[in-house]
Amino acid sequence: MAGKVLTITSGKGGVGKSTTSANLALGLALSGKKVVAIDLDIGLRNLDMILGLENRIVYDVVNIVEKTCKLNQALIKDKRTENLFLIAAAQTRDKSAVTSEQIKELAEELKKDYDYIILDSPAGIEGGFKNAMEPADEVIIVTTPEISAVRDADRVIGILEANSKTETNLIINRIDPTLVKRGDMMSKDDVLQVLSIPLIGIIPEDKNIVSYTNIGEPSILHKDSKSGMAYKNIIQRLLGKNVEFMEITEDKKGFFQNLVSLFKE
Amino acid sequence: MFFDFFKKNKKTSAEQAKERLRIILAHERAENKAPFLDDLRKDIIEVIAKYIDIDPKSININLQKDQSIEVLEINIPIK
Repeated sequence: MAGKVLTITSGKGGVGKSTTSANLALGLALSGKKVVAIDLDIGLRNLDMILGLENRIVYDVVNIVEKTCKLNQALIKDKRTENLFLIAAAQTRDKSAVTSEQIKELAEELKKDYDYIILDSPAGIEGGFKNAMEPADEVIIVTTPEISAVRDADRVIGILEANSKTETNLIINRIDPTLVKRGDMMSKDDVLQVLSIPLIGIIPEDKNIVSYTNIGEPSILHKDSKSGMAYKNIIQRLLGKNVEFMEITEDKKGFFQNLVSLFKE
Repeated sequence: MFFDFFKKNKKTSAEQAKERLRIILAHERAENKAPFLDDLRKDIIEVIAKYIDIDPKSININLQKDQSIEVLEINIPIK
């Protein structure tokens, strides 16, 4: 097996990198691919909670590279699928605890047994980001339609180009159709015109993400979730299928429905 | 009608965001691609100023890529 290293990064923090990593890892695993997700935000562990696996952590990525445990011991099995494993970030160390060579070596080792190695990059463009970027075969940049997130994404795109990472795709997260319609948020096309890299997904704003994270169940597990649907489309595209981008529109509720939901409250 | 006239001329905040990004990113991309431009500007001003009376603020240095040709453009207006 020759697996693929897929790095999820963004530049700016808080745009949905870990949520995206969790959904893509779980989605690929549920489509039958063997997946390992590695949280590289050392010192600020997060992916474990989003996936609901925080109680199962004994060893982490620093233990692996420092060889204080075996690789198998640090692979945390997902509750829902046999195909997904997590390698957690160390919580009591910092980004300098691992080098990009070590992560590269680990990724190469994992490529033998897994189809996808998903690297959840920390925010920023320092060491931790480089550790996640250097082993990457493909990079997904996550941004929101906000001015500062787009600016930082552009910076990251520049760095990736300078390092001749050519397989770079964009996810635009948290598109709010009401704000776009009002002219108070850049549209998908606005962002694409500014950044001009290929688009692999658009995710609508989804207030339910907070509750999904609260219970450790990413949106892809929720059948009626709009963001979950958007992530499923991205999975299809990653697997080489041609799926149209969803129309992100406002929820249309008629007067009567509004009245009903008022009484339901 | 009177108010509509003003409304049409006013850009939405999203349009303003796009415009601001276009300007700042054009600048940042050039800088990241050629981080030496600022030093180059300083050196050129120093050398030229030895011989000719110039206004340092009016010097314009630009690195442009036009398909396959990259052009370094330096404009030095003489007083």
